[in-house]
Order: sequence, then C-alpha cells, then structure tokens
Amino acid sequence: MGTLGNSFSMLKNPAILKFIMQGVLFTMIISVAAVLFSIVIGTGLALLRNYCTNKKTGILKVLSVIYIELFRNTPLLFWIFICVVFCPVPGFANKQMFGLSSVNNKLLFKATVALILYTSGVIAEIVRGGLNSVASGQVEAGYSQGFSMLQILWYIVLPQTFRSIIPTLLSQVITTIKDSSFLANVAVIELMARTKQVLSSANRYNGLNAINVSDVFVLFGVAAAIYFVINFSISMTVRNMQKAR
Amino acid sequence: MSGLFSPRAWNKIWLYKDTFLLGFLNTIKTAFVALLIALALGIIFGLMATSGKKILKAISRMYVEVIQNTPVLLQMCFLYYALAFAGHSPGIIVTGFLALGIYTGAYMAEVIRTGIESVPKGQFEAAQAQGFGYAAQMFYIIIPQSIKVILPPMTNVVVNMIKNTSCLYIVGGADLLSLTYSFVTGENTGGSYAPAYIVCGAIFFLICFPLSSFASMWETSLKKRDSKVFQNGRPKEA
Repeated sequence: MGTLGNSFSMLKNPAILKFIMQGVLFTMIISVAAVLFSIVIGTGLALLRNYCTNKKTGILKVLSVIYIELFRNTPLLFWIFICVVFCPVPGFANKQMFGLSSVNNKLLFKATVALILYTSGVIAEIVRGGLNSVASGQVEAGYSQGFSMLQILWYIVLPQTFRSIIPTLLSQVITTIKDSSFLANVAVIELMARTKQVLSSANRYNGLNAINVSDVFVLFGVAAAIYFVINFSISMTVRNMQKAR
Repeated sequence: MSGLFSPRAWNKIWLYKDTFLLGFLNTIKTAFVALLIALALGIIFGLMATSGKKILKAISRMYVEVIQNTPVLLQMCFLYYALAFAGHSPGIIVTGFLALGIYTGAYMAEVIRTGIESVPKGQFEAAQAQGFGYAAQMFYIIIPQSIKVILPPMTNVVVNMIKNTSCLYIVGGADLLSLTYSFVTGENTGGSYAPAYIVCGAIFFLICFPLSSFASMWETSLKKRDSKVFQNGRPKEA
C-alpha cells in the first residue's frame, strides 16, 4: 500500500472535494423530498386501502392494494429504468440548473419520480400499521360527537397515527437515503455516482497515472463514512425516541 | 407506449425468451447462494449478539451497524473494484453472492437476535438448571420457541434480497433486470420496452408477492393467537 498517500492526496484537491460534497447535498435533498412526497401519497393510499370498503368505493381499495403490492414486490431499479423511458418531464426540469446539465436534470426528475413511486408503496404500509393501531373506539366516539368521516380522520385518527409512526418514518428516511444510491445507475448526480466517477478518473488526480486498490479503499471508504454518519445519527435519534416513550 | 400492443414486439420477446430465462436463473442462483451466506452470517452474529459476552456483542453490533447504514450498491462496488484492482477479479455473479450475502447477513443477524431475545429469560435459566449445554439449550429449547417470531421478518428480508439482485447492474449485471435492460437497449433486440419490462416485472412480482403475502398473513395470525393467549390486556413483549 505504498500508494495510500497518493490516494489521500486526491481528497485535498478542492475540485474533487466540492464535487463529492455536492453529491452529499443531492443525496440528502433527493431523499428528503422523496420521503415528503411519499408520505402524502402513501397516506392517501393507506386511507383508501383501509376505509374504502363499501360497494361504491370498493374499486378504490382494490386499486390502492394493487399499487402497494406491485411496488413493494418489484425492485426500485426496475421503476427507475421504466421512468427513464416513459416518465414525461415538465418544462421546469428540462433546463440547466443546480450545476447540472439539462440532460442530468431530466434524469434527476425521472429517477426521483421513480423513487417517490416506490417509497410511497412502502410508506403506505407504514401508515396503515399506524391507522390500525388507533383504537376503534376513537372513530366511534368521533361519530357520536357529530364529526363527519373526513373530520374524524383529520382531527382524531391521523394525528394519533402520525405520532405513533414517526420513528418508523425516520427509519424509512435511512432506507431512502440508501435507496437514492440507485440513481447512480442512470446518472452522475448523487454521492454514490460521483464517488464512482472520481474513481474512474483517479489516475488523473493521484499523480500515479494508474488506478490502485488504495484509491478504491480511500474513495469508497470516504463515501461509506459519509453515509454511515448520516444514517447512524438518524438511527440513534430513532432509538432515543423509542426509549423516551 | 413503445410496442405495448404491437404483436411484433411481443414476438421479439418470445424469440429471445432464453435471455429472460437466463436472467431469471441468474437471479435465483444469486439469491440462493447469497441466502446461504446470509443465514450463516446471521446465525453467527445473531448468536454473538445474544451471548452476553461484551466483546462478542460489540463485534456483532459493529457489523450490523456498518452494513445496515451504508447502501448495498456501495458495498457491491467496493467489493468488486477492490478485488478487481488488486488483480483478483471475482466475476459478476460471485460479487453478487458475497455482497448480497454480507448485506443481507446483517439483517438476518438482527432478525435472529430479536427472535432469541423474545424468549423469556426463565427459559434460558431453566435449561441451564437442567444441565443443558449451550448447543443443546439453543437447539431443543430456544430455537423452537423463537422460530415463529423469526420466520415472518426473515421472509421479508429474503424478498428484499431478491429485489436487491438488481444491484448487480452496476458491476456489469447478469441478473434478470440487467439482462432485460440490455435487451431493450441492445442494437439487434432493442425497442420493445413495454413488453420486456412487463415480462421482467411480472417475474419479480410472481416470486416476491407470494413470499411477502405469506409473511404478512403469518404475522397477523401470530398476533391474533398471542392476543388470545394474553387476554387480560397484558401486552406481549416482542
């Protein structure tokens, strides 16, 4: 490992450092955005699956069951590939911004849509678990006080649901941060892809004109450490929350 | 919709059905060998975590935390490139065995640890009092009681692993999804996007859906049985 020093010297290169840190930022933004959108969609799906049980609305329940099971039982990369081909891109995403070319921005939009579609299937099941944990007496009490179904959901059921599933949702953020690395398969935007990109041109930066094993260890080691620090601090937060209850 | 209803596109799929079959077999093979590795690692580290020895516990904890908090894609790339640049390129499928096995092993270890910890402490003490050795105690008393807690989440871990075989794409890919992708983008075979993805997705769904619905049904029935056993509103420790 005489080349270790050269590999570390790459990290002192401000251009590389900036490139990788931007990747970290993209990873965080993509994951948080995906989880937020997925919570909205997932809550909708969970409500449809749980409460559309009568004859008129039964079809909505069937549709949401199909959606949830379909997305939970197929790989994320599958949906990324599909969205890259079929997902339409609105005008605002089709230009140069965030330091990315318009091609990459299009891919970013499409892949994020795939990530949202996939994650919302998972979150729907999490929300449903929370909905089922709310005692049925709560709904009955709401009815007896003259609340309508929508009011019961908004004022009584959903607040209790979300309080009980916050730890699980945070764990899902960890999963989504890991899942966002799948975007590396289609575009160079987030941390994983950028690390791989730097590795593939490491011979130009480490001053040795060749890529060595030490480059792999240093670059992927740094990326792994970054992922670890982010995810581990979230999981510690989750654990403290669960202990506090 | 690139040939969703075109008989020509569907015909092309039928012509190249061997590609999909090969991908399917590679995915199953990868998942199966990775599952064996994961089970071995999971049992070792799961037992270490419940052994009560501080140092073993710490090692197991470290393995689980490091692996669970980094993406499987990164681990796979790391393994592949580290071995490749060291001059021992392991090949794509073997990378898949190792990377998926190690990644899934961490989840298995957690599942097994939770399962063993769900057995009341008195059972361990009673076994020791009756003169059981460690192996006999585990085999005759602890494992039979914890297996019903372990199996449903373990099935979910397996489903996730089957989906994760698609990660092989980043190191060159021989699995179902990668072969589908190279089929639809290939020079001679390209174009029939919709039919190819439908076939690929259907295969994944047909493998994963029975497993995951089986797991969730089992879990529900276990919960029901437990709530019958513990009627006085006493919550069961999970």
